[in-house]
Amino acid sequence: MTRLTRVFALMTIAILALVACGTTQGTGGKLGGTVHVLGTWSGAEKDSFDAVMKPFTDQTGVKISFEATRDIDAILQTKVAAGNPPDVTAAPGIGTLIKLVRAGKVVSLDDKLDITQLNANYGADWINLGKVDNKLVTLYAWASLKGLVWYDPKAFTAKGYQVPKTWDELMTLQNRIKSDGGKPWCVALESQAASGWPGSDWIKEIVLSQSGATVYDNWWQGKQKWTSTEIKQAWTTWGQILGSGDSNVYGGKQYMIATTFGDGGQGLFSSPPKCYMFNQGSFITSFFDGYTPKPTAGTDYAVFPLPDVSTANAGAHVVAGDAFVMTKDTPQGRAMLKYLATAQAQDIWVKRGGGKIAINKQVSLSDYPDAISKSLAQVVVDTKIARYDAGDLMPSDMRNAYWSAVLKFVQDQTKLNTILTDLDKTQTTAYASP
Amino acid sequence: MPLTVHLPALQVDWETLLTVNLPTLLFVVIGVPLVLVGYIVGFDILVRRLPKRSQPSVRPWVWVAPAIFFVGLILVYPMIGTIVRSLFDRHGDGFVGLGNFVRLLTDQGILIVLRNNLLWLLLYPGLVLLFGLLLAVLSDRVKYEKPVKSLIFMPMAISFVAMAIIWQFMYYYRPPDVPQTGTLNAILVNLFHGQPITWIQDSRFNNFALIFIGVWGATGFAMVILSAALKGIPAELLEAARVDGANERTIFRRIILPLMMPTIVVVGTTMVIFALKAFDVVYVMTAGNYNTDILARRMYSELYNAGNYANASALAVVLLLAVVPVLIFNLRQFRAVEARR
Repeated sequence: MTRLTRVFALMTIAILALVACGTTQGTGGKLGGTVHVLGTWSGAEKDSFDAVMKPFTDQTGVKISFEATRDIDAILQTKVAAGNPPDVTAAPGIGTLIKLVRAGKVVSLDDKLDITQLNANYGADWINLGKVDNKLVTLYAWASLKGLVWYDPKAFTAKGYQVPKTWDELMTLQNRIKSDGGKPWCVALESQAASGWPGSDWIKEIVLSQSGATVYDNWWQGKQKWTSTEIKQAWTTWGQILGSGDSNVYGGKQYMIATTFGDGGQGLFSSPPKCYMFNQGSFITSFFDGYTPKPTAGTDYAVFPLPDVSTANAGAHVVAGDAFVMTKDTPQGRAMLKYLATAQAQDIWVKRGGGKIAINKQVSLSDYPDAISKSLAQVVVDTKIARYDAGDLMPSDMRNAYWSAVLKFVQDQTKLNTILTDLDKTQTTAYASP
Repeated sequence: MPLTVHLPALQVDWETLLTVNLPTLLFVVIGVPLVLVGYIVGFDILVRRLPKRSQPSVRPWVWVAPAIFFVGLILVYPMIGTIVRSLFDRHGDGFVGLGNFVRLLTDQGILIVLRNNLLWLLLYPGLVLLFGLLLAVLSDRVKYEKPVKSLIFMPMAISFVAMAIIWQFMYYYRPPDVPQTGTLNAILVNLFHGQPITWIQDSRFNNFALIFIGVWGATGFAMVILSAALKGIPAELLEAARVDGANERTIFRRIILPLMMPTIVVVGTTMVIFALKAFDVVYVMTAGNYNTDILARRMYSELYNAGNYANASALAVVLLLAVVPVLIFNLRQFRAVEARR
């Protein structure tokens, strides 16, 4: 038995020695170490993120260990609850993050970033978007624009249609397309577990443009009832876009709920066109690239921002972006966030396309790869009222109920009152908990 | 829809792989077995010091203790925690008794959830058994039994999420004015000249469409086990029946079925438990929309979307209560079979 004990002791020592070897690392003057990042990117977006982070790793020696998940709410909450949070989290929205911030699980950035420099490079709206209870907790690195109407300029010219500048012109165009025997819109709402969100985009754009930023802010903060006049009006306005009995939409309700959002634009490019307009965020071009035959930016498709519903709120746009938070305070994580705020970092992603628009004002318009992304960047520059995607700001149960409500509304518009009352019920519980 | 697959050159970051994982790997591969061996050897020495008479009654406990410890830690402790949690409010500090259950079960939406669970509970095990038995009996009588059985068993190797994605193509909907690319709608439109159906969204069909995906995945499993039971029936018995003039139908009903009953019950109860656990297919395909929600998915959204531990725990307890009778039945059946041997 003594022999076995000796073997055991030797083994233990060997293991301990190996563990010790594994944890020591050469730094060589650079910061070194690793940042564990949790995010949602895969494919082309992940490649872009890698490209953005490469100069950072070269400069500082800090490695990026990236963990991707499409179910970031669940994974992040589990990791935090287990006391094993990632250093940095890149979330598509801050719904889940708000709960974590209030629970004290997110590091405040006020004393971690160079605020003077941030103020110089970032528009005030973009810094304010990162604040929860007056504490800066989130850094936005790049944005995408919502409320964009994609169309085929050839189809428009063939029929003599003009790009609408006002909401009234849009309504007139809608009626003209219909009287010509066409369908004005393509709408595609299917997105697996997130089905319904493209419709929720429509409604939030209408709320912001129709009733203004105050109503919009109160709404996502849970202080504005869904049954209130303003929000209900936004739903009915969307109902007018869809037309009575979905008569304005190609394929009607069945097509809307059964078609994946990425495929929704295909109707624009068939001949004759199945529909003439398609409302979707700037990222949709990466889906257009996957269509056969592949449409060309500029000749096969162009874009105009959804006209202002009310002139009182002219130039209002809903934007979205990747929100970076520090879920654990490490020197490497701080360095990474500082780097992401620079024009150098944002320039890389912008040049790679995919509809991303830089937030840092030092990134010049000439860096955008094509005419369309340049014009989108111009829209962002011209934006007078920028608001973050309300759905992504809401608590995630409110957001999910919102998405489901869109699907119910599309299936039967007459049920709007019941749908909104149910949303009010969710609102009272969703905002109550930490 | 074009499917383009990009295959990136595999870049192996050996440094990260080795520095991060090697010590952990060594610890797991060498350390864990070493601790277990140490535990067994160490305790056996202690047991040997006991008086000879009490050794046989102590030793089994030494061997079973680690298992009991882990089952307690991973299964029993969280279960008790969940039951306790379901009696408190969502912040976990106010005792509300059965309040969570009352609120949940009086909620309008829950009736549809319960109805759907009932559908799963009846149709899923029922159809799996029906198809499994049918295929086991039929394939037993053909020459090419092996390839047939392998093919039918294959879906068993696919995860539920992958099944859901495969079936998304089967159920794919396109408007009536363009060619259908989804298999089912293509058959419907071209062979039967019908209108395409939104299988996943239409509340008349979608629950059956979802359950069928599960049935497709589990039929192979049931078939293999039932087929083994079928082959266990002595050939002389069947021959004797045939000599006595029984026709095939009678043989099946009077001999094969009763002899296979214990296996059928075991497979059936396993499927009932699977049906109660169903989550992935609904989560991936509809996220509970269009009246397809089920308890397990609802529990998930209460936990991760709403952060409502009280509601989530209460739903977990409801599921647990539903499983308990099945488990008891299963155990009894198992004992009865054992006793017959």
